[in-house]
Amino acid sequence: MSTTNPQQIADIAALDQGKSLAEKLGAIERPQTPAQRFVRGLTNSSITFIVVVIALLWSIPTFGLFVSSFRPVTLINTSGWWTGLLPPWHFTLENYQAVILQQGLGQAFLNSLIIAIPGTLFPMLIGAFAAYAFAWMKFPGRDWIFLGIVALLVIPNQIALVPILSLFTQIGLTGKYAAVWIVHTAFGLPFAVFLLRNFFSALPSDLMESAQIDGASAFRRFWNIIVPLSVPALASLAIFQFMWVWNDLLIALLFLGGNRDVAPMTLAVADLVGSYGEGYQLLTAAAFLSMTLPLVVFFSMQRYFIRGILAGSVKG
Amino acid sequence: MATIAKERAAVAAPPRRRRPEVSWSAWLWIAPALILVLVFFIYPLINTIILSFQNQDSTAFVGLKNYQRIFTDSNMIEVLKNNLLWLVLGTLLTVGLGLLVAVLVDRVKIERAVKSALFIPMAISFVAAGVIWRFVFDYNSSFGLLNAFVGLFNQPPQAWLINSPGNNIALIAVYVWMWTGFSMVILSAALKGIPDDIIEAAKIDGANRWMMFWRITIPMIAPTLGVVTITMVINILKIFDVVYVMTGGNFHTDVIGMEFYNQLFNFGNFGVASALAVILTLAILPVMYINVRRIRAQGR
Repeated sequence: MSTTNPQQIADIAALDQGKSLAEKLGAIERPQTPAQRFVRGLTNSSITFIVVVIALLWSIPTFGLFVSSFRPVTLINTSGWWTGLLPPWHFTLENYQAVILQQGLGQAFLNSLIIAIPGTLFPMLIGAFAAYAFAWMKFPGRDWIFLGIVALLVIPNQIALVPILSLFTQIGLTGKYAAVWIVHTAFGLPFAVFLLRNFFSALPSDLMESAQIDGASAFRRFWNIIVPLSVPALASLAIFQFMWVWNDLLIALLFLGGNRDVAPMTLAVADLVGSYGEGYQLLTAAAFLSMTLPLVVFFSMQRYFIRGILAGSVKG
Repeated sequence: MATIAKERAAVAAPPRRRRPEVSWSAWLWIAPALILVLVFFIYPLINTIILSFQNQDSTAFVGLKNYQRIFTDSNMIEVLKNNLLWLVLGTLLTVGLGLLVAVLVDRVKIERAVKSALFIPMAISFVAAGVIWRFVFDYNSSFGLLNAFVGLFNQPPQAWLINSPGNNIALIAVYVWMWTGFSMVILSAALKGIPDDIIEAAKIDGANRWMMFWRITIPMIAPTLGVVTITMVINILKIFDVVYVMTGGNFHTDVIGMEFYNQLFNFGNFGVASALAVILTLAILPVMYINVRRIRAQGR
């Protein structure tokens, strides 16, 4: 990938000439000579070729880890993973057995879940409350407060780490799950408010008005109308937040301190990274295990994930 | 606020009736969020600004000394330079490659597979990505993929993560690997959103493909292109994770986010760390301003 320089990109872009748009048309067909058809077929297959090469380049690193994680210790340290693809095969599950049984990766997986589930639900709930008020209630300064919260999206989170860490140490929260839950809730909040407020305010107002005439309280309207109608937005937010919390290393590292009993997957893998050399085969299996759940979530809910990105950045 | 209200009225398809009068209970609904925001963003921000004018252990005010050090110390200047390289190359590659793939993938049958391949790295943690890329950059050519590839051409193996300045580009490559899928997906959606009649009209007017790309595609997706670029600029200014897992900022690959972490947790220099964070925030401010303006313009 590092071999692709800007010049090449410009060249490939020049090849392209926006033909996809022309093809969208379909309605206007110009008479084609066989030579034109040949050129066109050639460019189409060359485009497929370029795209496939890019997709392969992108997949190779992950695939390498996947293959490595099934190779025995002796081979993993002496030969490249690609040599393992050719017979005779020596694939084994012992790396996985070792990390799950001896390295306590099973406990770490559980810890990750214990951290990630509330770490996903809390910011969604608090964010949804605020988003509801921003979208459907009227109060002085509403739009400015909303913009202020959105502006916080860009502030580097690292700024908050030291003051919050000393605050949490004073009240004895560090090393407990609750500490990470609270930090993830706070850091996930601006995005949650932004995404949900945009979605909520686009919901039809007549539903809300008739519910109000029927005497439904603000909370009933929120819970019985807004929430059920917003499942797609909530789902995409859930995926984002889940992946973010699951994949986080820094917050867990700082706020769980040295308490290894509560350490999530990322910390366990990072610990193994320290043990270069002999622990390498364990590292591959551990890293791949840590990726499984996000990958499953991603593949099963890809549609929502992409929709969430679009809602968050290209609205209207 | 008035302009937002006006725009909202103009944008909403069925004209919305006036909302209920000022409801004080709204404060209850936003209270939990507001408290968290005040504690986790506003208080640390003010705290950091104050600390940045104080000495190493925050016992005395030192004026602008921390800032002066950042802009004169040769190590610090290298950090700033690296961040600039990241900013230019990282943004250019993620947005450029994303656009390239989005345009190309629009007409191949395996569109979904290609998109997934580019998108998967987004679901991977930086820790796992660090492990993955160690197999690529490893010095041992019977082990590291890149050196094995170089070896095919009888070239000696390279220490990709150690030799400067190439190692910065190796790190940027990891970032590009993780984030190109993001820009590709957004740009692809924007491309598909270009109305067919515009394309049709251009074609009837005799525009060739090259002209159509520059005169129609690019202007039509310009707002989206802007959004993607802004997102990448913000991301890259704050870049920390990739550097942290790959080199820890060693071998001349240090960036602001990484140096902030080192000053804080390794050298215990709160003054310089805070000054770095303030500089980072100041660098992001113009981007933040553009972002807020864009959101206001969207109206809803």
